[in-house]
Amino acid sequence: MNIVVCLKLIPDLKYIRVKDRKPILEGAPLIFGDMDRNALEEAIRIKEKVEGTKVIALALGSSKLKETIKAALAIGADEAVLLTDPLFADSDTAGTAKALAKAIEKIKTYDLILCGEGSTDNYSGQVGPRLAEILGLSQITYVRKLEVEGKKLRAVRNMEESFEVVEVEMPALVTVATEINQPRLALLKDILKAGKKPLQEWKAADLGFSANEIGAKGAVREVVSNLAPEQERKQVVFEGELKDVVENLFNALMKEGVLGR
Amino acid sequence: MAELLVFSEKTDLAFELVSKSREFTAALNMGLAAALLGEKVGAEAEEYFAYGADRVYIGENPALAGFDVESYAEALYQIVQKNNAKILLIPSTKRGKELAPRVAQKLGAGCITDATAVEVKDGNFLISRYALGGNTVAGEVIKTGHKVITVMPKTFELGIREGKTGEVVKADLNLRAPRVRVVGRQEKVGEKVNLEEAEILVCVGRGVEKKEDLGMVEQLAKALGAEMGCTKSLCTDYQWLSEDRLVGLSGKKTNPRLVISIGISGQIQYAVGIRGARIAVSINKDKQAPIFAISDYGIVGNLYDVVPLLTEKLKSV
Repeated sequence: MNIVVCLKLIPDLKYIRVKDRKPILEGAPLIFGDMDRNALEEAIRIKEKVEGTKVIALALGSSKLKETIKAALAIGADEAVLLTDPLFADSDTAGTAKALAKAIEKIKTYDLILCGEGSTDNYSGQVGPRLAEILGLSQITYVRKLEVEGKKLRAVRNMEESFEVVEVEMPALVTVATEINQPRLALLKDILKAGKKPLQEWKAADLGFSANEIGAKGAVREVVSNLAPEQERKQVVFEGELKDVVENLFNALMKEGVLGR
Repeated sequence: MAELLVFSEKTDLAFELVSKSREFTAALNMGLAAALLGEKVGAEAEEYFAYGADRVYIGENPALAGFDVESYAEALYQIVQKNNAKILLIPSTKRGKELAPRVAQKLGAGCITDATAVEVKDGNFLISRYALGGNTVAGEVIKTGHKVITVMPKTFELGIREGKTGEVVKADLNLRAPRVRVVGRQEKVGEKVNLEEAEILVCVGRGVEKKEDLGMVEQLAKALGAEMGCTKSLCTDYQWLSEDRLVGLSGKKTNPRLVISIGISGQIQYAVGIRGARIAVSINKDKQAPIFAISDYGIVGNLYDVVPLLTEKLKSV
């Protein structure tokens, strides 16, 4: 079977600084989102169980992808398809889904599409369902356990009040939750070898897009502001003798009037 | 007349949106409608009218017996198309959030999920949502004629019921049988907690080494009359506490008068959940932990020493 895993390149949130309420992204390394990595790990685990499985990593982003994708190939993806055309830059979720769908149609043979249930940066959760709709596939979201039985998928979904067990015939699209697995890390020697695996870069034109229907120009959503919320905390820190610091804290809380029922 | 349409599988959340939407429809000169979908739909239409709906679409179909997202998306799409609905508001439950983009895609519409604030500005909706993992709050607008928005539960207060009536419209739906089969369901066990309404909150993170040690923190919570919350790893990875207790970007955004964060480093994922606290306190052994920068008071120390002592102090007064 063929599995396509969709990966989003995002800034590592640990390195984002805020200055004058504005986020500073420069210097933050670009990585794949957490749940995207879970999706890739799950694809590789299926490959290890189901003979003849091919895992294709599909990603849209900047030319930096050519480096980042090596980690995906190193841990077990067989091929990569990258949409690095600058015309795709600043795509919104609708645009991303549109581009990924065209790429998947060009890949042509697929049984399962795996995505994270949301991206680590914006967590809008839209690309999976939009992609499923464009491709006319069933979507199974929030999956914490996935099994392949012949042409059938069996999944356990983590819903609010229950765990829901569902079945569907492939092809289908599945979005995974973080608890589905613990993604393995790429070894340096495998990253070095990953360069030998097939990698294709498709331009917007390769997918039949004109410049004004994709990227920022094709966006149906506009971000008009993006600022850190204003918040000031007192930042009083008590250190030293245990008894004293507890006493100090207690007195501070009494003064603030936040204790008592 | 163009309409704003509200849908949720959870009626109490739908009523929140209907209540607030009166403002929106007045500003935009639109009708206010709600959709009731299922195999057989109950008599809640009157309730929707009481909270402000002018019209309720009743969509009954065997394909809507479970909650097959494809079928629900198609049903909403058909109702929107047939009745000139322009705006679709859906509460951001898990089901709502997977439904909205699918309907939006059918409509060729822009969609914004997890709105934390919605206002009408210059004839369009200005929507706030967390971005960059909670580091920022983005203001966003949708540029298409149809707009689909999911709103976080409790963003709007439930309005006052009025003795208002409206029009019930039977929706004629053409749906095929669901492709996804629900073959089992395991209800989540555990007590129901409502962290959003807690006055005092004690939250624990990975600084707590063993599940058994939670007892010590429970003692503190008891002494304070507090509810207990936790970080993501404690409920999703370790499963020491139920997901109802998850505080943060992927969990509850709380507004207590006091929160005490214990053994929590203070990553943004968690920080978002305690922004609404009046006073934030933290206990952490690492002086450099980011939690101290988002706290009013902090104790640098081993939680295993500090927590029992603080509990004792609270009990003694």
